[in-house]
Amino acid sequence: MATTTLRPATDDLPKTPRDLLPVLIAPVLALAALPLIGSPTTWVTLTVAALAMGMMIFVIASGLTLIFGLMAVLNFGHGAFIAIGAYMPMTVLAPLSGWVQSDALSLNLAALLLAVIAAMIGTGVLGWAFERVIVRPVYGQHLKQILITMGGLIVAEQLIHVVWGGDQKPMPLPGGLRGAITIGDFALEKFRLLAVAVGLTVFIVMQLVLNRTKVGLLIRAGVENREMVEALGYRIRQLFVGVFIAGSALAGLGGTMWALYRETLTAAIGGDVMVLVFIVIIIGGLGSVGGCFLGAILVALMANYTGFLAPKIAVASNILLMVAILMWRPQGLYPVARR
Amino acid sequence: MIQSALSGDMPRSRILSFLLLAIFLVLAFAPFLFSGSQPINTAAKICIFIVLVASYDLLLGYTGIVSFAHTMFFGIGGYGVGLALYGWGPTWTSAGLGLAIALVVGAVLAFVIGLLSLRVRAIFYAMITLAVASAFAILASQLSEYTGGEDGRSFRVPQLLRPGTVLFDLPALGLRIDGRILSYYLVFFSALLLLLAALRIVNSPFGRVLQAIRENDFRAEALGYNVVYYRTVANCLAAGMAVLAGAMSAIWVRYTGPDTTLSFAIMLDILLMVVIGGMGTLYGAVIGATLFILAQNYLQKLMAVASEATSALPLVPHLLHPDRWLLWLGVLFILSVYFFPSGIVGKLREMERGR
Repeated sequence: MATTTLRPATDDLPKTPRDLLPVLIAPVLALAALPLIGSPTTWVTLTVAALAMGMMIFVIASGLTLIFGLMAVLNFGHGAFIAIGAYMPMTVLAPLSGWVQSDALSLNLAALLLAVIAAMIGTGVLGWAFERVIVRPVYGQHLKQILITMGGLIVAEQLIHVVWGGDQKPMPLPGGLRGAITIGDFALEKFRLLAVAVGLTVFIVMQLVLNRTKVGLLIRAGVENREMVEALGYRIRQLFVGVFIAGSALAGLGGTMWALYRETLTAAIGGDVMVLVFIVIIIGGLGSVGGCFLGAILVALMANYTGFLAPKIAVASNILLMVAILMWRPQGLYPVARR
Repeated sequence: MIQSALSGDMPRSRILSFLLLAIFLVLAFAPFLFSGSQPINTAAKICIFIVLVASYDLLLGYTGIVSFAHTMFFGIGGYGVGLALYGWGPTWTSAGLGLAIALVVGAVLAFVIGLLSLRVRAIFYAMITLAVASAFAILASQLSEYTGGEDGRSFRVPQLLRPGTVLFDLPALGLRIDGRILSYYLVFFSALLLLLAALRIVNSPFGRVLQAIRENDFRAEALGYNVVYYRTVANCLAAGMAVLAGAMSAIWVRYTGPDTTLSFAIMLDILLMVVIGGMGTLYGAVIGATLFILAQNYLQKLMAVASEATSALPLVPHLLHPDRWLLWLGVLFILSVYFFPSGIVGKLREMERGR
């Protein structure tokens, strides 16, 4: 008789080791900047601004990174969704100007909520159409994908000109969200706090969906190994359409927030953000939501600190950050897709 | 003789040969055929873009690398020559020195970016170049004490190339050969030489390896070709050619600034020209650049007429507004990626074969 003791079935599977080293970079970066900046009040303001900016970039980038992870499609037209997400609220907020002008925070937020819903539905529908018309015929052909999504970007940007006109438009913040809350010496702008709250909510909801639901499980499995999920009988294409729509809607949400943050908008608004978004998803590791979140915070911290310390090299600093991180981990902080 | 000048890469289509010959003849005699400054500006711009687009085709069409940093190299050429002429005075020495510096900077930058990112997937490279190019563009407009910032720099070209320099008159043609015409021919012959050189490159054994990498990099590697080496060299060659195109542009326009050399809009234009003309053949660059720049200059006028004619309808006049010409070229671009990925040149050759 075999005397080997079988391991009891109740034993849990070994846990995947947690890799927390990259998480430490953000606080280290923030603390390293403190002596350089000097005044703690400025530092707090800059850090909060960076967190707000990082959350907005994360909201935009998270959809893109998932779309890539699932189907290896990189949508260069993502910027168009940002722009449309920025323009839709303008149309919605125009008849609601009474609510926007009012000082009552509840009315402001109600108007904003309507605007955001409109933006997300608009970009979601557009994302569906984009997937159908532009992306679907060129699955698996990287070169054509890059070219054709770029073409989609050109056409979409031109259509924005047709529908909304080309000149720069103002995008006033609702009255109740202007100004800052002061706690002691620290002044915290209200809209930035709202942006942080929205970004965190999106991150938490996304983590819950990805880690606690069956759809999330399938998405994660699809990112790891698409063929295997298909072999098990799931239609990953349909799942992908859903992710594409959700990602586009998130870009719309991010676009609305970005336009309110900048308080002006042009048809090229997407292009400016997209550069940061690309840096973020490269830093984070293509396909990784957690990496994307971390990357967004890092990029925003870097942009805000260098914007204060040496404004002329602010953009180049993010390239340097990217290079440094790629030297350390060539596939990004949290590499996922092994393609 | 033509065979060897074209490095054995014949147009292989009667219509294409005719079109190329027509473009060549019109560009060669542009100063004699047209009067006024707009046609000759258009002709010079076509020459410059043929070089720029051909160098981009070397990457995209022949090697299968998608780069969005090509305008950066174009800009390096423009700024190199422009700032040298501005800072060190309008002499040939400063222009040459500026060009040499620009070539070195461009090649080193292409080398570094290539080493960092050409090992990984095509998409990675596309994203990294996009980020680097936009950072470069912003840097160029931020460092205004050196580059003139958003306004750019206007400068004087060497004495010989100035419009005021009259060499001799051709009373029979009613034409005066001045520095402007001389600079046109400088641009024209540089473009011709560079195009022939590019043809030489892509039809050499080296060019064949690039095409093998485009078709299947894994197999090329298995055959014993060092893919990273070939990609990096192609990247540096394309960058150098783009630098030269930038220098030509600086000499012709006598101005260099972020909008004319570094903007992302120009990058999109180059992409449209390559794809519409035909990826993977340098004649595609010629056809694409010519068509695009003619459209840029003359389609708008046509659209203005159409927009006027439909002004009673809703939305249609907006769609046909002259500023929206890029919309239609964008649609054409998407359609050509779908339906004729080898572009106009590929289509013409296919027709010839089908006959």
